[in-house]
Amino acid sequence: MLSSADWAAISLTLKLASLTTLLLLLIGTPIAWWLAYTRSKLKPAIGAVVSLPLVLPPTVLGFYMLLLMGPNGWIGQFTQALGLGTLPFTFTGLLVASVLYSMPFVVQPVQNAFEAIGPRPLEVAATLRASPLKTFFAVALPLARPGFITGAILGFAHTVGEFGVVLMIGGNIPGKTRVVSVQIFNHVEEMEYLHAHWLAGGMVVLSFLVLLALYVLNPNPRKG
Amino acid sequence: MIRPFILAAILSGTSLLANADEVQIAVAANFSAPIKLIAADFEKDTGHKAVIATGATGAFYAQIRNGAPFEVFLSADDETPTKLEAEGKTVAGSRFTYAVGKLVLWSAKPGFVDAKGEVLKKGEFAHLSLANPKTAPYGAAAVETLKKLGVFDSLQSKIVQGENISQAQQFIATGNAELGFVALSQVWKDGKLTSGSGWLVPADFYAPIKQDAVILANGKGKAAAEALIKYLKGDKARAVIKSFGYEI
Repeated sequence: MLSSADWAAISLTLKLASLTTLLLLLIGTPIAWWLAYTRSKLKPAIGAVVSLPLVLPPTVLGFYMLLLMGPNGWIGQFTQALGLGTLPFTFTGLLVASVLYSMPFVVQPVQNAFEAIGPRPLEVAATLRASPLKTFFAVALPLARPGFITGAILGFAHTVGEFGVVLMIGGNIPGKTRVVSVQIFNHVEEMEYLHAHWLAGGMVVLSFLVLLALYVLNPNPRKG
Repeated sequence: MIRPFILAAILSGTSLLANADEVQIAVAANFSAPIKLIAADFEKDTGHKAVIATGATGAFYAQIRNGAPFEVFLSADDETPTKLEAEGKTVAGSRFTYAVGKLVLWSAKPGFVDAKGEVLKKGEFAHLSLANPKTAPYGAAAVETLKKLGVFDSLQSKIVQGENISQAQQFIATGNAELGFVALSQVWKDGKLTSGSGWLVPADFYAPIKQDAVILANGKGKAAAEALIKYLKGDKARAVIKSFGYEI
C-alpha cells in the first residue's frame, strides 16, 4: 500500500501542478494573446522560444538551471541579492522549472483559441464602443474557453509527468522536491516493486482520467 | 516507419559488434575516473574493447536481475555482488575485492571544510549533499558517519540526495551544495585533493567499503571478460587504483 512518504509525494505533486497551472494561466494568457494578434517581426522567434520545451530534452533545462540558479550563476546571484537564497533543492525552484517546462502546453491551445475567434467579433465589439480591455474580458475570454480548458488540463498533466528536470535540480528532499515520478524511480531503484506498482498504477489511472476529462469537456481540443 | 527488415538488420549488426572481443562493464559511479584510465590501458595491452556504463550500485543490481547485458560488474560494495552470486547471476568463483574505498567530506571551496570535520557540528551551510543511502554504499557510509558524530538529526533538513555518488559530487561542484560526502577517488589524484577542501573521514566511522568485482552470467566463457578481471588484478591496474586513494 501507499506509505506516508508516498502520500507526501502525491500531495507535493498536486500542489506543484496546481500552482504551475495557475501561474501559467496568468503568464501564458498575455503571451498567447500577443502571439495570436501581433504583427511584430519577432512573432516567429518568440513563438519558437515558448515552444522550445516541447523539443529540448529535460536534461538540457535541468543542466542550465543547475548552473544558472546556483550560487555562481547569474540567476542565483540575483536571487541571493534579493535575500531568497538559491533555487535548486527548493519547491520554488521546481515551480520555476515547471512553469518554463510546461509553458507551451498552456500557451499553444490558448493561442489557437484566440486565433480561432478571428477579427470579426472583436471589431463588432469595438464598433459597439467596447474598450479593448472590455472586449478582451467580455468577448475574447468567453469565446476562447475551450482553449483555456485544454491548456489548463495539459499544463497540469504535463507537470505531474515531469521527471528529468526534477531529478537534476531537486535533490530528492521529502516534502519539498520528492514528487511522485521521483518517488517511483526511488522505489524501482531500491527494488521496492510493490510500492512502485501502487504509485505507478495510480499514475496510469490518474492520467487516463485527466485525458478523459479533456476529451469529454472538449471533443475537439485541437480546434481550441 | 522503419520496416521490419531494416530493424532486423540494425539489430543483427549491433549484436555482431558485441561479439567482437568486447566486454560490457557496469561500474559503480565512484570508480568512473579510474576505470577510464584502466580501460584505455586494457584496450592497448590486450586488444579487447571495454564498453563502460557508470551508475549507482543498487540501480545496477536491479538492472542485472532484470536481464541487463553487462558481463562484468564493478560494485561499490561487497554485499551486492555476493547477493548476485547467491542468486546464480554470476560466474562462481570470479568475485574478488578490487579496491577498498574511502569516504571524504568535500567542498569545492578552498578552506571550507576543516581537517577535523568540525564544519558539520557548526552547521553553517544550507545544503549537505550525499548519494541516496538506500542504493549507494557511499551514501550509506555518509549516514553512518553523521550518526556517529551525533549530527544526523540536526542536519537532516539540510541533506540533499544525488541519485548516485556522481550526482552528489555534481551538486557540490556546481556550488549548489556547499559541501557533501563523496568517494575520495572522485576528488583525489596522486596524493592530493584535485580541488577544494576536504576531511578524510576516519575509517572507524563507517563499515569498510570493500568494493568487489564479479563476472556476470552474461560474461561466462567470454575471453574479454576474463581478461579484464585478470587485468584488474595486475600491477598496472593496481597502481592506477591506488593513485585515486583506494586501498587494495
